[in-house]
Amino acid sequence: MDPAAILANALRAALGPSAAAYALLAIGLNFHFGYTGLLNFGQVGFMLLGAYGVAITVTVFGGSLWLGLLVSLLLAVALALLLGAPTLRLRADYLAITTIAAAEILRFTFRASPSRDLTGGVFGLSGFAAEFNALNPYTSGIQIGFLAYNERQLWVLTVGWTLVALAVLLTYLLARSPWGRALKAIREDEDAARSLGKNVFGYKMQSLVLGGVIGALGGVVFALNLQSVHPDTFLPLLTFYFYTILILGGAATVLGPVAGSIVFWFLMAGMDATLRQAGAAGYMPDWFGADALGAVRFLVVGIGLMLLMIFRPQGMFGDRRELALNVR
Amino acid sequence: MSLGWRVMVAPLVLALLVLSVAPALAQDADGAEALQGRINDPDREPIAGVEVLVVDDDGVEVGLGVTDEEGQWFVPLPGPGSYTATLVEESLPPDVGLRDPDRASLDVDVRSEQQRSVGFALGEERGPGATALSRLPQSLLNGVKFGLLIAMTAIGLSLIFGTTGLINFAHGELVTLGAIVAYFLNVAGPQLPIIAALAIATAVGGLVGAGLERGLWRPLRDRRTGLIQMLVISIGLTLVLRHIMLIVFGGASRTYSGYAVQAPIEMLGVRVTPRDLTVMLFSVAVLLGVAYLLQRTRLGKAMRAVADNRDLAESSGIDVKRIILVVWILGGALAALGGVLLGIVENVNYMMGFRLLLLMFAGVILGGLGTAFGAAVGSLVVGIVTEVSTIWLTSELKDVWALLVLILVLLFRPQGILGIKERIG
Repeated sequence: MDPAAILANALRAALGPSAAAYALLAIGLNFHFGYTGLLNFGQVGFMLLGAYGVAITVTVFGGSLWLGLLVSLLLAVALALLLGAPTLRLRADYLAITTIAAAEILRFTFRASPSRDLTGGVFGLSGFAAEFNALNPYTSGIQIGFLAYNERQLWVLTVGWTLVALAVLLTYLLARSPWGRALKAIREDEDAARSLGKNVFGYKMQSLVLGGVIGALGGVVFALNLQSVHPDTFLPLLTFYFYTILILGGAATVLGPVAGSIVFWFLMAGMDATLRQAGAAGYMPDWFGADALGAVRFLVVGIGLMLLMIFRPQGMFGDRRELALNVR
Repeated sequence: MSLGWRVMVAPLVLALLVLSVAPALAQDADGAEALQGRINDPDREPIAGVEVLVVDDDGVEVGLGVTDEEGQWFVPLPGPGSYTATLVEESLPPDVGLRDPDRASLDVDVRSEQQRSVGFALGEERGPGATALSRLPQSLLNGVKFGLLIAMTAIGLSLIFGTTGLINFAHGELVTLGAIVAYFLNVAGPQLPIIAALAIATAVGGLVGAGLERGLWRPLRDRRTGLIQMLVISIGLTLVLRHIMLIVFGGASRTYSGYAVQAPIEMLGVRVTPRDLTVMLFSVAVLLGVAYLLQRTRLGKAMRAVADNRDLAESSGIDVKRIILVVWILGGALAALGGVLLGIVENVNYMMGFRLLLLMFAGVILGGLGTAFGAAVGSLVVGIVTEVSTIWLTSELKDVWALLVLILVLLFRPQGILGIKERIG
């Protein structure tokens, strides 16, 4: 057992590209769930469209990275409009079921063999990150203490965390604006907001679109980091990761999703490294193989999500009064 | 016992229970798993140089097999698990194609030490339209079979929603739980006959349902936890239960002993195995029994009353807490029973419940959320839609149609086909 190596692993993940991508997805979800009270259980669908939007535009149609980015964002807008139209007038739990179903429809469709020419089917797509890599201004990696990233990771990191910073700024400005207050009013009491003449449906739709677009950006960062996309990455479980991150950090707070993502990745990677080392050192029973290692991670997320929701629904930085959510 | 104490201890107790039995299923990490096969042309002559690509669950390439002069290909695997083998159609000789173009990619589950054969049938392409009508009765039968099982599990989901307002995302895990408990009783443990395993698994499902209500949901309701919060908690519970079962059961698909392979009997133009026929008749009997319980008995009437209007039911002297407990027992038992039956007609794996959960949602919303009868009818429709769609469209997308139906129903008739119109906005 090597505590320094475990700590290094955990820190690397906490500040790494995946943490940035997840932070973006959680920020998007924060608009939905935190500020507006929309129970979007299909955030992973926006992530999928973001990732595939770039991948398909670049590899299949030979477009540029920028065009791909635009396609990703437009796809996210389209998904939000499609999802919102039938469900935003209904009760919150209907939105939950519809969004999780929509995300699964997307995954099934993208992995099916008839879509192979477009999406690569179960094999996914790769080789779309060349233009992004060519833009890399860094020529060498970085090493601070035991934190080490190579130049490519450093480039993804820079882009990812810059986008996170912009999204945080946007959250900060919007949450204090009249628009943000209207969202919160809808979350607290939809009927009251309606009786004050607010177009509840319109506000909810704007929130769904905005959060979805930010989520799609997270998907783009995620795909550029891995340099490949596979449909079965985008399981509904990921959405619940984002919920855990959001609730851990504090829903309806500006920095909550970012702090949540950093802490989440620190804990996950730290736990993984600890278990792996314990396994290598022979501390774990024989049957505890790779399957079990992966499962323990989800198990801990599940227990964490339950405990948070029961005892500290406001998370690390939230305000408990902000989360008096209920089905209405 | 305080709630916090229970929430923290319950998973631990479950995990300990699980760890004590898990070694029974221990898997050898460095076995010699492989996928292999032989590719013949329609005249049964081997073809050399055909490529088969194998990828794992995450879509990562494991290996590329190329057929030799004997038409044999072989791809060693890193370990047991789910893989997808795909015939690279470009590598086939120009005059040969797959007999069924939908079967170019096959998902297979490989057990420890298993060298599994994967077959790709080559020949003339079978036109999908030409035989559509003749395939309809068979698809309908398959759809009814599947729909009956969705219905059995969805009734509990709908009743729980009706009586408590909770959408129980962990309901799918109760299905998996039933299947896996029966697997341990039937195959891994005491090797009971499947009927006995089914009965015990159903009882376990009811007990777990009761345990969840008493240990988790009732205390949460007493704390006045919001429904949205409870919904997210049920998702946490889903993750916990599913991954405990993954640790115990592993990622592979398994079958019960006996009945796995049966010769079908032909009647009225459809082929059905005696096993499937038994499962269907049994499901119908169970559903009729539940209908009788709900419609004719005092207990059932009380359940419907609570689902209809909780406050009114309480003020007319119904013990709501007790009724909700009974609903959980009934729901858990039906879910577990449905899981065992699904395991009999298909196979057992740790994700089966989650796949079913989305179809249950589709069925429940289609029929009208909160009613038992609607859930049953909606589920039958969902089962038939998924199976009949495979006549014209690839089976990879069969769940998609059911989920699309769900969204369309919400768009045009959110109260469901049988639901009574009320304000749900």
